[in-house]
Amino acid sequence: MTKQHANWSPYDNNGGSCVAIAGSDYCVIAADTRMSTGYNILTRDYSKISHLAEKCVMASSGFQADVKALQKVLSARHLTYQHQHNKQMSCPAMAQLLSNTLYYKRFFPYYSFNVLGGLDSEGKGCVFTYDAVGSYERVGYSSQGSGSTLIMPFLDNQLKSPSPLLLPAQDAVTPLSETEAVDLVKTVFASATERDIYTGDKVEIVILNASGIHRDFMDLRKD
Amino acid sequence: MLDTTALESFPSLISHGINVAGEISAPPSFQLPNSNDFDGFVKETIQMVKPAKGTTTLAFIFKEGVMVAADSRASMGGYISSQSVKKIIEINPYMLGTMAGGAADCQFWHRNLGIKCRLHELANKRRISVTGASKLLANILYSYRGMGLSVGTMIAGWDETGPGLYYVDSEGGRLKGNRFSVGSGSPYAYGVLDSGYKYDMSVEEASELARRAIYHATFRDGASGGVASVYYVGPTGWKKLSGDDVGELHYHYNPVTPSTVEQEMVEAAGP
Repeated sequence: MTKQHANWSPYDNNGGSCVAIAGSDYCVIAADTRMSTGYNILTRDYSKISHLAEKCVMASSGFQADVKALQKVLSARHLTYQHQHNKQMSCPAMAQLLSNTLYYKRFFPYYSFNVLGGLDSEGKGCVFTYDAVGSYERVGYSSQGSGSTLIMPFLDNQLKSPSPLLLPAQDAVTPLSETEAVDLVKTVFASATERDIYTGDKVEIVILNASGIHRDFMDLRKD
Repeated sequence: MLDTTALESFPSLISHGINVAGEISAPPSFQLPNSNDFDGFVKETIQMVKPAKGTTTLAFIFKEGVMVAADSRASMGGYISSQSVKKIIEINPYMLGTMAGGAADCQFWHRNLGIKCRLHELANKRRISVTGASKLLANILYSYRGMGLSVGTMIAGWDETGPGLYYVDSEGGRLKGNRFSVGSGSPYAYGVLDSGYKYDMSVEEASELARRAIYHATFRDGASGGVASVYYVGPTGWKKLSGDDVGELHYHYNPVTPSTVEQEMVEAAGP
């Protein structure tokens, strides 16, 4: 007698792509605004980006219900941290918190593929990239989501960030200027939209630098 | 049964079992899905999580201490998800752990081990031994046996008894030894390591052997690559000796000497 398998899955994939690039004194985080299920588009106007702390922004693709739950948990923990320590969480601290939060659900994971971007305590850009259960590393740039396999090779080619494991150590952040990096992100999304059905509609670009946070939108193909 | 110390993220200001609202709360535990078929569900999540299995890590004891080396590639199926993964984890200034299997599992439980080692130091006013640390990790992993954790790690360190090296895995196995290599590239690494190994090596010779072994494994194993990191653990703790891109190491070990035909073409092209 064969085992009865569940014909209901608690997960769904709402598609989309996210990118983050770290610069010497800025960080660019971007995600498209299309939310889909299967071949259907649910909305063209959904933000996948969450402003977790003053100098820390997260973009997540995957199952948006899990993403929303994750964002809520992190916001609540950040609020508690602010009450207890009388200051904002730094980006590296939030990065560790996100990793632990993801791992606590190791046996029933958040179906959320995240990139965290922000400024570290020295004001340099930092990007952290995650898998679904919380393994993370600090990198110079990263992309996650349905278009990541299309986007990453392009970023590897254009940014050529040296590995942080090399000895003698080399700086991982890109020497590009802020406007060049934003341009690169726009190009990357335009290209990903051409070849990934789940990416498109609009790209939301968030820029974090010493003067604060700035949000920009760019239209993408809607087909 | 299950080790839940990792879940206590807040130091409890109130006594255990009673939360802020004054209600009795359940002890901390990992959330489990309400599924009739836990095994099947776990199998599916493993597939979804797709842990990085392709790797080459090695460690060996020699006269001067312990040498630890690893590559830095993470693969999800056929896609290389990262070329810069830190597979040698610094548990504390005198102990290292290597990562093979699930990246998140290794990262999380090594960090947890570091916390436990520090607590041991504070409680006992002396450093924990490599034997003790590896046993702590092995017991944790054994308690989660069958739940899908994927960890193949080596704990290397220097304690009062000298250099120590243990292999610990998520099946609950724990082996003491002098020479280990873990991962899909390990057969290739063993070939180089076993043929070149001598107990009486200097630190430079041992690090070169370790580097070569990793390089050869990355050359032949598609799931290994990136940067070959080499660490040395001595009486004063660990020190990172080198981090070399294996693509560049290839030309270091196999230098390109222009052949006579190419030389003629270079001369013919002229200034």
